[in-house]
Amino acid sequence: MDTDGKVLDPSLEPDVTEEFATKIYKDMLTLNVMDLILYEAQRQGRISFYMTNAGEEAYIGSAAALELEDEIFGQYREAGTLLYRGFTLDQFMNQCYSNDMDLGKGRQMPVHYGSKAHHFQTISSPLATQLPQASGAAYAIKRSGKKNCVMCYFGEGAASEGDFHAALNIAATTSAPVIFFCRNNGFAISTPASEQYKGDGIASRGVGYGMHTIRVDGNDVWAVYKATQEARKIAVEKHKPVLIEAMTYRKEVEDWKRHDNPMVRMRKWLESKGWWDEARENAHKSEQRTAVLKSFAAAEKRKKPMVSEMFNDVYDKLTPNLVEQKKELEELIKKYPEHYDTSNYAQEK
Amino acid sequence: MSLNAMRTARLATTLTAASRSIVQQNMLHLHTSFKTHYAAPSTPPPAEGFMPGVANSKLIKHTHHDALRNPELAGVANGETKKMNTFQAINDAMSIALATDDTACVFGEDVAFGGVFRCTMGLSEMFGRDRVFNTPLSEQAIAGFGIGMAAMGSTAIAEIQFADYIFPAFDQLVNEAAKYRYRSGGEFNVGGLCIRTPSGAVGHGGHYHSQSPEAYFAHTPGLKVVIPRSPIQAKGLLLASIRDRNPVIFMEPKILYRAAVEMVPVGDYELPIGKAEILTQGKDLTVVGWGAQLYVLENAIQLAQKKMPGLSVELIDLRSILPWDVETVCNSVNKTGRLLIAHEAPKTQGFAAEIASTVMERCFLRLEAPPQRLCSFDTPFPLIYEKFHVPDMIRCAEGIERAMKF
Repeated sequence: MDTDGKVLDPSLEPDVTEEFATKIYKDMLTLNVMDLILYEAQRQGRISFYMTNAGEEAYIGSAAALELEDEIFGQYREAGTLLYRGFTLDQFMNQCYSNDMDLGKGRQMPVHYGSKAHHFQTISSPLATQLPQASGAAYAIKRSGKKNCVMCYFGEGAASEGDFHAALNIAATTSAPVIFFCRNNGFAISTPASEQYKGDGIASRGVGYGMHTIRVDGNDVWAVYKATQEARKIAVEKHKPVLIEAMTYRKEVEDWKRHDNPMVRMRKWLESKGWWDEARENAHKSEQRTAVLKSFAAAEKRKKPMVSEMFNDVYDKLTPNLVEQKKELEELIKKYPEHYDTSNYAQEK
Repeated sequence: MSLNAMRTARLATTLTAASRSIVQQNMLHLHTSFKTHYAAPSTPPPAEGFMPGVANSKLIKHTHHDALRNPELAGVANGETKKMNTFQAINDAMSIALATDDTACVFGEDVAFGGVFRCTMGLSEMFGRDRVFNTPLSEQAIAGFGIGMAAMGSTAIAEIQFADYIFPAFDQLVNEAAKYRYRSGGEFNVGGLCIRTPSGAVGHGGHYHSQSPEAYFAHTPGLKVVIPRSPIQAKGLLLASIRDRNPVIFMEPKILYRAAVEMVPVGDYELPIGKAEILTQGKDLTVVGWGAQLYVLENAIQLAQKKMPGLSVELIDLRSILPWDVETVCNSVNKTGRLLIAHEAPKTQGFAAEIASTVMERCFLRLEAPPQRLCSFDTPFPLIYEKFHVPDMIRCAEGIERAMKF
């Protein structure tokens, strides 16, 4: 698509329904609304951390090209894929507020989402660690005989880590059905890319590892969608890994923000089909804003998980040292209630 | 965390535009919330509420004379002092290291812009981008690159942005740096390597911005591990670590970067590696700690003294985790007959275990109570449970009571 939302090669005009196309765009809008509110909440100190998706919303096109049972290994700017899969606003807010409904039980910083039901492995802060894991997961899927693949997202900075190189090579040698999806911001805010790498972006490396590789315009939802669709075919049908490099700009360039960003292009495309207009835009935004604020307020009110949850999930069962330490803490809390205020935590069962 | 720390943390929010990696953004956001906690008292209390103010600590040298009374600083006793927080003292040490050694380079993720915690601020402007430079985002590359520089006789001062992210470099540090001299029969060594890395809890760092991984490295013959408690200590110990003829991992308690402010000698001085410092003399109980935990211990001792008037405690800053000062600790325990060790890392296989067992071997007949270990619980570092997880003042005071009433 060009900046007016016109598909440059008519033979590539996406063959999709109104419902499908508007869902993608609506999710992009919702993601924007959620980002604005949570970013502001972080600035106000109501949550301790947040990462926005602004400028990279077109990756939702990649989620749309996947099947629900394709497993996702993400980095930290892929909330939109979860949204697309039906992770609810309440679930996002509960995680960001570390409350008793957070699937991660409040143990990790905000935006470290994860959901088994949505085939989205829990985010971890260390960069690029998910890449070799994605290769292994893909190999397991191949062996299971399922017609699925793994989708692995990461940024161009993470591609400097050793894990990136290890992951691509082992995916290639084991013929693992995995798509490595690199979000390349062009340059990472103030550090010139020349201090991160000297080669031709990230895509050139895929070729080096003997892997199908494609570079797409990461501001173009349909380009991202189409590339992912093709990559998925190669992964699932031929059992081969694929590297996609999506070129985007997270940098907040005012002019660009107004005229050429993934949102504007997609909206113009929808409008040209007669599937979207100003009224629908405003209605959806206002409806989502209300919904986000409602979830947000509800999540903020909820208590943190029970204090005893600190000791669970270190192992499948509590080990003797943890049993002892749990008891030690219970006794301390009982003895010094004024020091160990547990009123913000859920009642122990 | 002091108010001063929170005020200066505001500055960090203006740096958002310069941030790029997730880790850096993470930390800036941590600072942002320090700021907002301060600005809006109606929001939850500052997470550092359980980390009693360092500003009023008696362990901090507030005046010029206070600072220079230390016999270890005899070499600069006639010199000037300047008010510095911990990151400024670390910056000053690196500035001296670069000025006095032409082979010295400082490098790591974002260090040319001053680094996440401002420790390298101004150094690239002063010494040039060939000596102070950004690296790609790869900890194993940073460590291996430093080893290579040091193997050629240069001085490599490398930064790993957070100690939580040091593990990709573990192979380079444990299998390479630590064994370089030994495996070559002394033909080669990487004595010029010093790895700096921020460690420890900050209130809301969660799993990956809070860990204290000193014990992993303390299990590796060939490495040295040093953790300072204050600006004066940080400067002298860092200069010694950079110049020591062995690879040194220098862990900087990140909560002290802004919270601890002292009058720091402006001259070139080193503090000894492998030597503990007795902070308060005492006869009833020996308490051993390092880094930020010392301020928790100081408060715990005061609390215990309220319950047990006349209690006399010998507080020791271990400073070097490897090699550690067995003599100072054992002499103290032989005098007091009781020992308590506290650290932020989890209890099982934490460095307290090493200290306790050495003391058992050497002071067995003098012990009047089992050594007490006050450590974090044996779980990953949990975001919302931090205040319950770490060995805080109450738990340490309870430990003191247990040791005394045994």
